[in-house]
Amino acid sequence: MAALEEEFTLSAVPLGAGPDGLLGVEQCDKTDQFLITDGGRTVILYKVSDQKPLGSWSVKQGQVITCPAVCNFQTGEYIVVHDSKVLRLWTNEDVNLDKVFKATLSAEVYRILSIPGTEPMVLFKEGAVRGLEALLAEPQQKIEAVISDEEVIKWTKFFMVFRHPALIFITEKHGNYFAYVQKFNSSVVSKYTLLLGQEEKSVIQSFTASLCRKFISLMSLSSDGCIYETLIPIHPSDPEKNQHQKVVRSLLLKTVVSGNARNALSVLDQDHVAVLGPPLPASKECLSIWNTKFQTLQISKELPQGTSGQLWYYGEHLFMLHGKILTVIPYKCEMSSLAGALGKLKHGQDPGTQTMPHFVNWETSQGLGSQNAEPSKRILRRRKIEASVQPEVPASQQLLSTIKKDSEKHIEMELRKFLAIKRTPDFHTVIGDIVIGLLGRCKTEPSFYPRNSLMQLIQMHVLSYSLCPGLMEVALEKTDVQMLQLCLQQFPDIPEAVTCACLKMFLSDAVQEEQMEDQTGILQNGFNPEEDTCGNCDKELSEKPQNTIEETTSCPVIPKRAALLNAVLHSAYSETFLLPHLKDIPAQHITLFLQYLYFLYLKCSENATMTLPGIHPPTLNQIMDWICLLLDANFTVVVMIPEAKSLLLSLYKFVKSQICICSELNKIEVSFRELQKLNQEKNNRELYSIEVLELF
Amino acid sequence: MKGAVETSCALQTPSRPGRAQHPFSVLGFLTLKGDESGVSQARPLPFPRMGEFKVHRVRFFNYVPSGIRCVAYNNQSNRLAVSRTDGTVEIYNLSANYFQEKFFPGHESRTTEALCWAKGQRLFSAGLNGEIIEYDLQALNIKYSMDAFGGPIWSMAASPSGSQLLIGCEDGSVKLFQINPDKIQFERNFDRQKSRILSLSWHPSGTHIAAGSIDYISVFDVKSGSTTHKMLVDRQYMGVSKRKCIIWGVAFLSDGTVISVDSAGKVQFWDSATGTLVKTHLVANADVQSIAVSDQEDSFVVGTAEGTVFHFQLVSVTSNSSEKQWVRTKPFQHHTHDVRTVAHSPTALISGGTDTHLVIRPLMEKVEVKNYDAALRKITFPHRRLISCSKKRQLLLFQFSHHLDLWRLGSTVATGKHGDTLPLSKDADHLLHLKTKGPENIICSCVSPCGSWIAYSTASRFFLCRLNYEHDNISLHRVSKMPAFLRSAVQILFSEDSTKLFVASNQGSLHIIRLLEGSFKHLHTFQAQPGTVESMCLLAVSPDGNWLAASGTSAGVHVYNVKRLKLHCTVPAYNFPVTALAIAPKTNNLVIAHSDQQIFEYSIPDKQYTEWSRTIQKQGFHYLWLQRDTPITHISFHPKRPMHILLHDAYMFCIIDKSLPLPNDKTLLYNPLPPTNESDVIRRRTAHAFKISKRYKPLLFMDLLDERTLVAVERPLDDIIAQLPPPIKKKKFGT
Repeated sequence: MAALEEEFTLSAVPLGAGPDGLLGVEQCDKTDQFLITDGGRTVILYKVSDQKPLGSWSVKQGQVITCPAVCNFQTGEYIVVHDSKVLRLWTNEDVNLDKVFKATLSAEVYRILSIPGTEPMVLFKEGAVRGLEALLAEPQQKIEAVISDEEVIKWTKFFMVFRHPALIFITEKHGNYFAYVQKFNSSVVSKYTLLLGQEEKSVIQSFTASLCRKFISLMSLSSDGCIYETLIPIHPSDPEKNQHQKVVRSLLLKTVVSGNARNALSVLDQDHVAVLGPPLPASKECLSIWNTKFQTLQISKELPQGTSGQLWYYGEHLFMLHGKILTVIPYKCEMSSLAGALGKLKHGQDPGTQTMPHFVNWETSQGLGSQNAEPSKRILRRRKIEASVQPEVPASQQLLSTIKKDSEKHIEMELRKFLAIKRTPDFHTVIGDIVIGLLGRCKTEPSFYPRNSLMQLIQMHVLSYSLCPGLMEVALEKTDVQMLQLCLQQFPDIPEAVTCACLKMFLSDAVQEEQMEDQTGILQNGFNPEEDTCGNCDKELSEKPQNTIEETTSCPVIPKRAALLNAVLHSAYSETFLLPHLKDIPAQHITLFLQYLYFLYLKCSENATMTLPGIHPPTLNQIMDWICLLLDANFTVVVMIPEAKSLLLSLYKFVKSQICICSELNKIEVSFRELQKLNQEKNNRELYSIEVLELF
Repeated sequence: MKGAVETSCALQTPSRPGRAQHPFSVLGFLTLKGDESGVSQARPLPFPRMGEFKVHRVRFFNYVPSGIRCVAYNNQSNRLAVSRTDGTVEIYNLSANYFQEKFFPGHESRTTEALCWAKGQRLFSAGLNGEIIEYDLQALNIKYSMDAFGGPIWSMAASPSGSQLLIGCEDGSVKLFQINPDKIQFERNFDRQKSRILSLSWHPSGTHIAAGSIDYISVFDVKSGSTTHKMLVDRQYMGVSKRKCIIWGVAFLSDGTVISVDSAGKVQFWDSATGTLVKTHLVANADVQSIAVSDQEDSFVVGTAEGTVFHFQLVSVTSNSSEKQWVRTKPFQHHTHDVRTVAHSPTALISGGTDTHLVIRPLMEKVEVKNYDAALRKITFPHRRLISCSKKRQLLLFQFSHHLDLWRLGSTVATGKHGDTLPLSKDADHLLHLKTKGPENIICSCVSPCGSWIAYSTASRFFLCRLNYEHDNISLHRVSKMPAFLRSAVQILFSEDSTKLFVASNQGSLHIIRLLEGSFKHLHTFQAQPGTVESMCLLAVSPDGNWLAASGTSAGVHVYNVKRLKLHCTVPAYNFPVTALAIAPKTNNLVIAHSDQQIFEYSIPDKQYTEWSRTIQKQGFHYLWLQRDTPITHISFHPKRPMHILLHDAYMFCIIDKSLPLPNDKTLLYNPLPPTNESDVIRRRTAHAFKISKRYKPLLFMDLLDERTLVAVERPLDDIIAQLPPPIKKKKFGT
């Protein structure tokens, strides 16, 4: 859940004396430090956690800072522009801005853009872009005009797109908006016209952008109070022709603020945006966090003293002027945590089939550092262990280096050798490192996919999702359902998003094709879909006389798919995190899955113990939970599908029967307790007796 | 006791890897038995029936231990102080097999709300009567009590250096006391708060303290005594606003984090520097009542009203990273009722609560060797005797906190074979209900072997009563005018012929009093050994009345010559405290049981250990014998069989026959099956000195009434649970 924490102010000194508030808040090369550029003549460096200024610099009387100061992440210097053309570079040691390095440029600068990992870029008001180094080498170089005369740059942002810097800026001319995207690896400028749609009259008040795979997701807040999203491709399919493309914006959130005031928008993460502005025309200004996926307001905070309509977001802090005072509000959006994921643990495991090390010894996984701090009497004992550990550390290191260069076959052999060695206390972390090593190579070398090695490692029963985060993603990419099944069976902590992605794949047609592909390869790795539950129940089924209606007697899916789905049923999840992902599954698949679950339920109810046959069958609770989840997530969709109608009716019936069972069970429990009480009373009566005892 | 039985079973297999052959020997034994069974059936049993008894199985001792209110762990001495709701304070020695070595009797008006160790080994308690009490751990009495003038005291904490004591009062005041060598002295008040201070915790540097009140936590600066932060706690509980949120416990960590537990079921982490909430864990649907942090601050434990104990550990977020996070790692459900208090020793989590059990749960990863110490301990019953018995009149005296009950056992004329319940010709009678005057709990009591005297003592008074039996009527006559030196006794014992009374006072001295018809005469006082003030907790007198053995908690056993009124000898001190003492008839061998389950036999006339004692020390006890987790609380002897020693703990009763060979680790120690089909040879081969019965449990007392009759007092756990308030009900089915 997104949450705003208690706000705090950075300085009691009023800032933003100018009508436009602050010029900018920019990150520094040191975490937690930010450069604040006042509208007038001052740049202040703040350490946010201490709420303290670390330094302050001013330009001379008569000069005006025209562009917010930024930090050059490569050199650690600060850069500011005053009087549109004069560039100043300085460091923390400098005191007087007048005495620092100065360069006068030939054209007016719109903004200096700096992000970690690349050199700062200078965007001129005419739309031209120069690297800082090139510009400093020759300050008076001629700057061409990229945009037309009456166009004015409204907003700009600088990104790293796959390790290459890319720049987007928006211009406006007579109420029309244009977006320019410039990439520096190809130095091509693509121009797009933003089509506003029906709301031609509205004026765009604020922009924000984020990277969304192959697109820049440009969000804009219009004066009608709505947030629109425009997707601008980063890699235009044909740069020559697309010199002047049109992009349409789509409505993302409706009327989040009242349009009249000065509002601001900032993207927080892929699902959350922060909006600054009054929610109603008459009301006070508010900072609100919206979830764009669910279109819901997550949290809102009133700012009674008004703002300057500016909002900056870095890391975990939102910066704004509240009244005249710079205010920082920490923002947090908790991701699904391990504890959350373990909220619903796997249960009903056969001790024979899966020996998951549920008891992780935290002590040993904390490395040697903490061991040294142990009481002295343990040292001797430890020393022995350490002595035995030391020669093995190179073994894993050696394997890791093998992974980096050798062939799949060789790696497999080395791995087998390595696994034959006795396990050390940090065995699971070593295995995790090996998997990460393998995956690292997978990412760099698309043809490299050491399936056998990975399968072997997973079957060591020591891995968890957190130990090798990329593994399931790679398996998903390769549609390797066997690997996914194994992971689902072995890992206790798979995020719900990944579980759902697996489910999606298992329900899709990919499963059928795969089966044809390499049956032998599958068996070789010890994976045998026939062994699993539904293989058995299917066989049993065919032997039985078909006396009930057709739909309930035959398994709606092929055994292999059933086995895969069972793996999903067994996985751990937390409802709140799973539900949103379940909504993305197509309706047909939902129906199919529901049919399968219903089938399982019927099979379950056939015997008195309410269990399914097979080695590792899903439990009744798991089946029920998943039915509830699916219906919760997709009820409106399912209810519209005619095929699902009878299914829903039967589901309704069995829910009713479940409620009956529960109430009966509760009654029985109470009766038993009463019986126990009676029994106890009977025992109590024998308070005294004389018995005969013989000792042997 | 279900828990303890399970643990001992569970531990037998994995704990002794070195004795792998043990199970095979058992198997071998069994097959052999099958082979020769046909032959032996017709033969008469060659062995004398050494142990056939009529057992009076008594279950009407309706003793209910008081609930545990506080525990305080002392790292220096590895001792645990436990206070109960009736004001009793007990000291457990965790190094000595969790033996309860000392106790301070309770007092009706002294409900202890807080308990802490300070200045190393000094123990303080505070309670709702508004007094701070210091205990004298040597003399086993209260050193002094001092009114704090702040109304009822809810919380107390000793400073990290141990030189200051902080208390939180009903009126919202936090008071600081200086601990002087002989007393404590009020130093000053901190800023007064709105409502009672329920919990206190010092910052390890001693500069700040956190105080939990109702609805908020205050952080004080110790130097100025002023509040630096006030952290408001959310009253909301699962969306429902409760009336109040009580902060039951706080813990201040050295990095400035304050951990709080409250009545809304939350465990919350606060940053004391900024006064902000950092993290919340909702752990229970009911109150979280207690918290304890380990010394390393890498783990802590909380206890909830649902009986669950949660373990939290500081764990790296990912492997290799230095960033650490508090994670709820293990839940334990060893209690049925509220866990009122928890403690965290370096190797174990300790919890106690309304269900009266003290649970010690070792942390498996901290235990170096997976031996019997790694087992869960559940201590329910006191490690001292509450029952005494008059053999002549077949009377049992039951000691409760504020009264004594005298019962006469019934009788039967029938006979039967092993396992039969005989029809009663006369039922047991409740003869007497003796209520003490005043608020103090009874420390000890004793009925004389002849049944004519009852003596008992509270912390400030000693009582001696004479009983007269006229047919079915009993008259009780209190002996008045007890001498001034007989004010309080730690242990009382009558001589076998009921003519002498031995009283161990809490100053370390032993008084001998001659009893006459309706009066008494002081014979002699053995003063404490020079330089010691240790009280003698255990007494034993020889049946001929010549020898008196007395033992404290740490020093050796002193043997006095009663005729000559002088110290005869001292049995060398042993590392573990004595749990039971007895002197055998005729031989005058002193049998001593220690908390590590060792038994010594010492010949008083010869002033040396007996041959048998040396043999068993040389060979060692059976490993299952050493793994028992309750101490031996009573030893007695058979009048006709000098080779037999009878002893019992809470889960078994044993007759040691010194004439038989000692068992080694390969022999089956406990064989519950009657040896019906066994041949002579096998019996001869398998018979060993320890004859054990586990039929009566939990066994609080067992003694021999005459040659063929035993009395066993059991207290089934179910009966105790039935008398406790109902636990929080949890629904099992449906939602």
